[in-house]
Order: sequence, then C-alpha cells, then structure tokens
Amino acid sequence: MLAFIVRRVLATIPVMLVVAVVVFLLLHLSPGDPAAIIAGDSATDADIERVRATLGLDRPLIVQFGLWLGGLLRGDLGVSVFSKLPVLSLITQRLEPTGMLAIATMSFAILVALPLGIIAAWKAGTWIDHLVMGVAVFAFSAPVFLIGYALVYQFARQWRILPVQGYTPIGENFTSFWQHLVLPALSLGLIFAALLARMTRSTMLDVLNEDYIRTARAKGLAPRTVLIRHALKNAAVPIVTTIGLGIALLIGGVVVAESVFAIPGIGRLTIEAVTQRDYPVIQGVILMASFVYVLINLAIDVAYAFLDPRIRY
Amino acid sequence: MTLAQLTLAQLTVAQSLTFLRRHPRIAFGGFLLVVLVLLSLLAPWISPYDPIALSLGQRMRPPSAAHWFGTDAYGRDVLTRTLWGGRISIAIAVAVALLSTVVGTLIGLLAGYFRIMDMLAMRVMDGLMAIPGILLAVAMLSLSKASVQTVIIAITIPEIPRVVRMVRAVVLSIREQTFVQGAIASGTRLPRILLRHILPNATTPIIVQATYIAASAVLIEAYLGFLGVGTPPEVPSWGNMIAEGRNYIMLAIWSVLFPGVFLGIMVLSINVLGDGVRDLMDPRIARRL
Amino acid sequence: MKITNWLAGVGALALTLGATLPAPPARAEKVLKAVVHADLKILDPSWTTTYITNRYAYVVYDTLFALNSKFEPKPQMVDTWSVSDDKLTWTFTLRPGLKFHDGQPVTATDCVVSLKRWMVRDVMGQQLADKVSSLDPVDTGTFKMMLKEPYALVLETLGKPSTSAYMMPERIARTPASEQITASIGSGPFIMQRDQWKPGDKVVFVKNNAYVPRNEPPDYMSGGKIPKLDRLEWLYIPDANTTLSALMTGEIDYFEAPPLDFIAMLEDNPDITVMQIDNLGVQGLIRPNSKNPPFDNYKARQALLYMVNQEDYMQAAVGNPKLYMKYCGAYFLCNSDAETDAGAIKKPDIAKAKALLAEAGYKGEKIVVLQPTDRAQYNALTTVMIAELRAAGVNVDVQAADWSTISIRRAKKDPIDKGGWNLFITTQAGPDVTTPITDVWFNSSCETANVGWACDETLQKLVTQWTREPERAKRHAMLADIQRRAYESVPFVPIGQFFQPIAFRKNVTGVVPAGMPVYWNIDKK
Repeated sequence: MLAFIVRRVLATIPVMLVVAVVVFLLLHLSPGDPAAIIAGDSATDADIERVRATLGLDRPLIVQFGLWLGGLLRGDLGVSVFSKLPVLSLITQRLEPTGMLAIATMSFAILVALPLGIIAAWKAGTWIDHLVMGVAVFAFSAPVFLIGYALVYQFARQWRILPVQGYTPIGENFTSFWQHLVLPALSLGLIFAALLARMTRSTMLDVLNEDYIRTARAKGLAPRTVLIRHALKNAAVPIVTTIGLGIALLIGGVVVAESVFAIPGIGRLTIEAVTQRDYPVIQGVILMASFVYVLINLAIDVAYAFLDPRIRY
Repeated sequence: MTLAQLTLAQLTVAQSLTFLRRHPRIAFGGFLLVVLVLLSLLAPWISPYDPIALSLGQRMRPPSAAHWFGTDAYGRDVLTRTLWGGRISIAIAVAVALLSTVVGTLIGLLAGYFRIMDMLAMRVMDGLMAIPGILLAVAMLSLSKASVQTVIIAITIPEIPRVVRMVRAVVLSIREQTFVQGAIASGTRLPRILLRHILPNATTPIIVQATYIAASAVLIEAYLGFLGVGTPPEVPSWGNMIAEGRNYIMLAIWSVLFPGVFLGIMVLSINVLGDGVRDLMDPRIARRL
Repeated sequence: MKITNWLAGVGALALTLGATLPAPPARAEKVLKAVVHADLKILDPSWTTTYITNRYAYVVYDTLFALNSKFEPKPQMVDTWSVSDDKLTWTFTLRPGLKFHDGQPVTATDCVVSLKRWMVRDVMGQQLADKVSSLDPVDTGTFKMMLKEPYALVLETLGKPSTSAYMMPERIARTPASEQITASIGSGPFIMQRDQWKPGDKVVFVKNNAYVPRNEPPDYMSGGKIPKLDRLEWLYIPDANTTLSALMTGEIDYFEAPPLDFIAMLEDNPDITVMQIDNLGVQGLIRPNSKNPPFDNYKARQALLYMVNQEDYMQAAVGNPKLYMKYCGAYFLCNSDAETDAGAIKKPDIAKAKALLAEAGYKGEKIVVLQPTDRAQYNALTTVMIAELRAAGVNVDVQAADWSTISIRRAKKDPIDKGGWNLFITTQAGPDVTTPITDVWFNSSCETANVGWACDETLQKLVTQWTREPERAKRHAMLADIQRRAYESVPFVPIGQFFQPIAFRKNVTGVVPAGMPVYWNIDKK
C-alpha cells in the first residue's frame, strides 16, 4: 500500500507538468490579453502596446514559459499583472472561504443524501421513494444561482435571520462565520445531494438484489443490520466515487455560489483572472487545483482498497 | 431485451402501445421529451413573434394575453424565445450526454480492464480533471469563434473524465467476480467479455450519470453565457436566456422562470426516461419496483 | 454511523438555523460599507484610465486644482498662484501644513516631480508638457512653471478631474512612468490600509487625521474635503442582485452603481436615498473603423448618423426615461458648458442612410460588429445597433466575445478578411468628454488616434486653434465650428446621454454631488 501511494505521488509530477503546459498554451494562444484591460476603456492602442511591452507579453512564448517555469522551480508563482501582489498570497487569502464552503456543502449533502438514498432504495416503489426521487430530480434541475436568490429572498430579506452576503473568517467570529455559510452551502449542496441520493439509491438497489442480501434477510437479520453491514458496505465503492466526483463538480458550483453570495474565494479569483487574462494568477490557481485533485483522487483509490479488498494494486 | 433489439421501426403500432403500457416511465419521459422537441421544432408556426427582433417599447411586460410568458429586457416575447431556445438547449444536452458517455465509457472500460492502459489513461484524465471544467471551456471557447458546436465540445471534454472514473471504478470491482473470471477462463474473447459481462453491470451508473450530464450541460451552457463565452447572444437558448434575465430577476422574474421551468421539465423527462430504460435493461430491478 | 445519528445531526443543523442574527456590536467607529462599481486592482493612477483607479486616487491623493460646479478650476492644495503679464511664467504656492500619509510634509519638489511623471502619460498633460520650458521648485512651498508660448488651459489641465495630476512623495514619483507604482502614499483625506487589501473583495481606508481641508464648503470636486468617516470599506460584489439585497437589509450603506432598471424600485424604498451626483452623465457612442471600407468613406459614417435613433438605445440600456435624454446632439455632452447642437442630425432617416451607404460604394459586404457579451450595458446597446443596421439593409456579421477578447480585437488594424472589424460600441463619462482634446474618441489624428483611427486633418487644425485661444467665451464659440466639422467627418456617432445615480441608506448624509462618487464630507448616523 505504501509503495502504491509513493508511486502515485511521484506520478503526479508529470501530470502537473502537462497541466501547466496545456494551460499556458491555451491561455497564450487564445485571443485577448490583460494589457487592454489594464490600460482601460479609453486607452489608445499605443497605451496598450506600451503596457504589453512592460509585461513582457511581446516576447516569444517559449521565453515567457521558460521564465515562468524557472520562477516556479524557485517556488515563485509570480505576481498578478494587475495588482502586482504575489500570486501565492492572493491564493492563500482565499483558501479558507472556499475550503470552508466546500466542507459545509459536502457535509450537508452527505448528511442528507445518504440516509435519503438508502431509505428510498429500502422502500423502493413506495411513495417515500417517489417523493425523495422526485425532489431530487427537481433539486438538480434548478440553477445554483436561482436557488441562491430564492434563499436570500426568504431567509435574508423577508425573515432577516441570515445575512445576504459576505464571509467572516472562522477565527474572527464563529457565529458570524457559520451564519454566512448556511445559505451558500444549502444552495450549492442541494444539487450535489440530489446527485448523491440518486446514486446511493440505484447502487443500493443493485446490491439489495444480490443473493447474499436475500440470504441475510431470509436469515431474519434486522433490516438495519442488513442495510448497514451488508448492503451499504458493498455499495460503498460507487458512492465514494460519486463523493469524489462531487468535489470536482463542486468547483463549477462554487464559482456561482461565491458570486451570488459575494464570498471572496478561489472560484471567483479564478473566473475573474480568466476573464481578465491575469495569466500568472490563472496558472497559479490551476497548479494548486490540480494538486488538490490529485490528492483527492489518490484518497479515493486508497478508499477503494479499504472498502473492497478484492481490488488489488 | 436490450436496446440493440429495440429498433422501433420493427415494431408495429399495436406492439409499441403494449410496450409503452408495460413501461410507463419510458412512456411518460418519452412523451414529455417528444412534446418539448415538437414545441421547439414547431416554434415558428406556434408563435407569431420574431425571437430576435427588438421592440423596446414593450420591455419587461408581465405575462398577458398578447405575451403569455411576458417580454424580456428587449421587449422580445419570452414564449417565442423559450420555444426557439429549446432547439439549441436540447441539441446541446443530447449531444454532450451522448458524446461524453460514449467516449468516457470506452476509455473507462479499457482503463479498468488493462492495467497498462489504466496508468496512462488515468493520468491523462487526472490532468483533464485537474483543470476546472469552466476554465477549460472558457479557454477553448475563446480559441475559436463562439458557436453551438464549440459550446458542445467545450462542455463535453471536461465531462469525460467523470464518466471514465465512474466506469473504471465499476469495472475494477466486477473484473474479479467469478462470472467474469469464469468467462475469461472459458476463453471468451475480449470484446465479448467487456460488452456482455462487464458493460451491462455498469449501465445503471452510466445511465444515471448520462442523465445528470444532460441536465448539467444545459446549466453549464447557462453559466458560460453568463461569463460571456457561451452560445452567441443572438441565438436564444435556455442557458443564455436565464443568464441574461438573471440581471432583471427582481423586476421581470418571468424572463428567467419560464426558460428555467422548461429546462427543469426537460431534465425531469430525461431522468424518468433514463430510469425507464434502466428498468428495461435490468429486469431484476424492474420486477422489484 | 447509525442512521439515527445522521438524523440527529440534521435536526441539530435545523435547530441552529432557527437562531436569529445577533445585533452587530455597538461601535463608536463610523464605518461606511460602500459597494463600488469595479474591482480596484491597479494603484497607479497614471497606469490606467479605468474609473475605479481614478476614484481610488481621489480618496488617498490630493490635487493642486479642482473643478467647481461651473467647471472652473479652483485651487485645492495650492494656496495662491500668479501669472506674469506675458502669460509665460506661472508661480504656485502650496497651502501650509499639508502632510503625506507617512508624516512627511508636502513640498514643492514633491509636486514638481509628481507633475513631471504625470505629464508623460496623460493626454492633457502631454499637451501642457509641449508648452513647458521649465518646471522647478523655488523654495519648499513654491514652484514655478515657464512656458514657451501662452497656453489657455494651464489651470484646467492641473485641475482635470479624471486621470488627474495627483501629488505623491518625491521618492515614489521618481518611479519611471513606464513602471507601475504599487505604493499608496498620498496626502488625501483617507489612508489606504495596504495589509487589509484583498483584490476582488475589499479595500479598507481609514480617516487621515492629519488632513488639512480648505475652509470653503465642498463644491463639485473643489472646496473643503473633510473626512468624517473613521473607516471606509470598499467592497466589490459582482452580482447586482446580491448588492441590492444587501443594501435593502442594511448590510451595506452605499452602492456606487445600481443598475439603472432598478432605480425606480430603490426610489420607492423608504430606507434608501437615490441621488444624482452628476449632471453630465455618460455618453454612448458607435465607433466606426476608418481603416476598413465602407467606413473609410465619410459618407458611410454619415449614414450611421441617419440610422441612429438615440431613444431606442437609451430604452434598451437605461430603461427609466428619467435617467436619459430623449436626444442629445452635442458631441461634448448636453448640460456641459460646451453644449451646442451645431450640425446635429436630429431625426433618423433610414432612406437617407441607405442612400449614403450606396454613395459610399457599399454593396452588401459583411460588416463585422464586435459584441461584448459580459458587459450588460454594451451588450444591450450593441443589440440595438445590430437591429438598426439590419433595418438599413446592412449585412451584419456579429462577432460575440468576452470583453478582453474584444479589447484586443479592436486594436487590430487588419482588413476584414484578416480579423479586422467595422463597428463597436463603447461609452465615456464626465468632464473629459466636454473638450475636444480630452475626448480620446474625438481625436482624429489618423494613425495615432484611438482604435478606429479617426482621421481628419481639418478637424485637428480646428482643435489646435481652439487650444491657442485664451478667452473662454471665444473658445466656446469655436466649439460650434468644431462640432459642425465633426458631424461631417464623424469620428464617432453619439447614441445618447444618460445618468448613473448612486443609492445609499437614509442614515448616510453629506454626499457631495461631485460628478463622480467621492467620499469626503460623507457622514453616517
């Protein structure tokens, strides 16, 4: 197992290198660059050209990439072309809000979806099943921002029990911290909970049909024991996969939730950097994101091995 | 019965009716989907308005006899645009779901079965997944002219790795089961093992995943529109209608609500249809329901 | 874990949800939470023409002169000044007691170095620099400017309200103009807290207790700039719906740019004041590319004039009729002292537009229109233009893309088949639009003109004559000729003038109608 983990960690290096090259090329080959945005709407093309020259954007691509990679090897991610602040500090400023939002969303979704999915499978075909699955279908067909606006309208503007927007660091004021997280986590978590509940139900249904479950039931084991000890354990692999995939999925939704609720997180940083072509920031964020993904995937693969000893490495 | 045998052309009308009666989910989901497709195809004949021409004196009018769904910020009829928008959104949903599941399943099957392929394919997938999908789509879209085809490709590529991981995970756990080992031992040829023994066990999660992808494709399209790189604004799609109407949600909720409801109905119908197809292909479960 | 445990967890979550928000702790500090229209990313006001950087600069820096509500330059940091009889020697003396945020006094040397750096970049500064033969400190509080020839706009230049001449400490102003300044040390009413700056989220300023305001009451950008808030927080919230909700619940106090469609709704809200701080407003314009046919021909550009119905544009982009002018034919803005309707084409005439296009040799070739999809207002204006072009029989090729792609694309001088373009829409605002030398879109100097490369020697000559005329009244009369010529050569097509009010909670007082959001004199109860 240890050898496997080491091998996997080493294998991430070429992956991240590939990511870096692909993103760099995609960015620099696409039309549009930050110079025009820096110079402003009323800037002349001479102004834009001047800004481009000072940013080094007029140099050959290979030189620009070499410079960036060189800095990277020294642990320097560069500075934002706009604010001139170090990319590393721009990212670390925003890690906490996104991390907390992701944790809150995942916890909410797992807490809600797993029990509901299991109950729906256990009671397959009954009204409980239909209700749960019906709600699930509606939940993930609604855009995150629509759910967000609806929640803001009801909880923040009508009832005034939760704030509309913003984020408070956990270390600053815990009450304010979780109050600011409830609505974003709910609006983001609904979609994910819906997906997870569906996946849990259909996997559980498959498992519940297996002979050993029928045997266990026939033996007269308590339903709870059958569900948890036998069925859930065997359904765990696809469910864990879905949870892992959910984190990837979360990133897309996080961007929306962060915009609707004005949370200063990684998602907004990325999108703003992309639309403004702040190359060093985009590259830095992607590298970090790819690192996180790789770690999560590694964790999932390790989890497979624990959950299903038949899987060998 | 499998999908391959289910060529509707071979069925007589009577047979089809019996079939639909036996499979109410397929009937219901299929019916909704057909209605949506027909509505959008017949849009020019159903609605008297032009989906693109502006009538600025009529901005943000609430639903009325003349405009059943009201008008948007440019005074265009929301009903007309919703019907026309279905053409693009349905096309995007179907194309993305098909493309990503077919490609993803193929890679996933091979990666799950062959260890050598596994390492290579999964590293590439890791790399692809590591780039947030929206960013990948934005970058790809800004490389070429905004068009529906580019939107489809740009949404499909980030979806593929998810299907691959899903399929691979299922294959990994099935590969070691006795019936597969038995088939290998008895000299069954590889394509047959993959298609007859492994793929059927993976269909349930794949179909669920495909329905999810179809739904999310439309939402991603909406989000790309919001970022300014989606379907060109002239072409109405549910995605860019929602994205555009979002700015006026406090004043003209109908301009978001109706495309949103249509989007929801489409997602619902695809899901119900997906469930129905699953029952059809896996009679063990169907019997229990 | 047991299912019952999960359910208990869900229950606990639901219970905590029921808890109400505690009242914010009572603070003696006066904090204004203002949502600004854009994210402040660049701190060097010479580095960019974006409005947000300019507004930031007015928070932390001070200027030598500033305009009053009649658009006359009045002294701000300057105490007294004099000009010699030959109009060639200008002497300025600073007010005593001015200090930078680092505690150092403001000296004549600081001002001279700041002016010199600024004159490298700014359009109006460059014009002045051409006339200046020397600019030197006389003593710590006085500096002298010598001109080569009399120039009418010296004070107007020093007091211009956008990309203005901001005074910085000498050591910072010594930064070459080709390098971006990242420091934030001015002598203005507020001090930026660099360590609390989070680009994309918030900027924090605190009151500059050492600031010495003028004694006059505030008048437009001039007069006493008294900081009354202890703390000013600039928040950047990209979602307008969220900002509006936050304003209604009182989470924020002040919203710089509420979407125009929502103004009527905000006016009905008893907790909120809507205020128009700017009677010049914003000008929308169509920019034709003078390098590519058919708009290389002035007749085709004139055809655009006959095609445009300003009210259509304003309805689409603004909506609320109280916030736009039904028609404004003045290139240099209505309500300005440069307003004139000389040469204006008041009624759209599609037949005439078609005829002019035909005369220009247009035969149905593709006309490339750039449409920015991520800027709602530009998007709306462009949508109207496309409809009007089609009505005039033009074969429109819409190229939609995000703003950064468009802004690079429009700088391309290439022909259409090599990625060039024909038309795009933009807007410009404020006193800069009111003179022919500060309006960058009006500049018709061909290759060196702004993108679109408007080209008209006659117009350029008229403008140069205008800058040499020392008398205000005569200059005004000359503007009519300039505008008449502009309606012939058409550097751009004005498509309407509209106003962007601001909105704030009722407990915010003392907001100065300065033409742009400024934060001095604002108080909060």
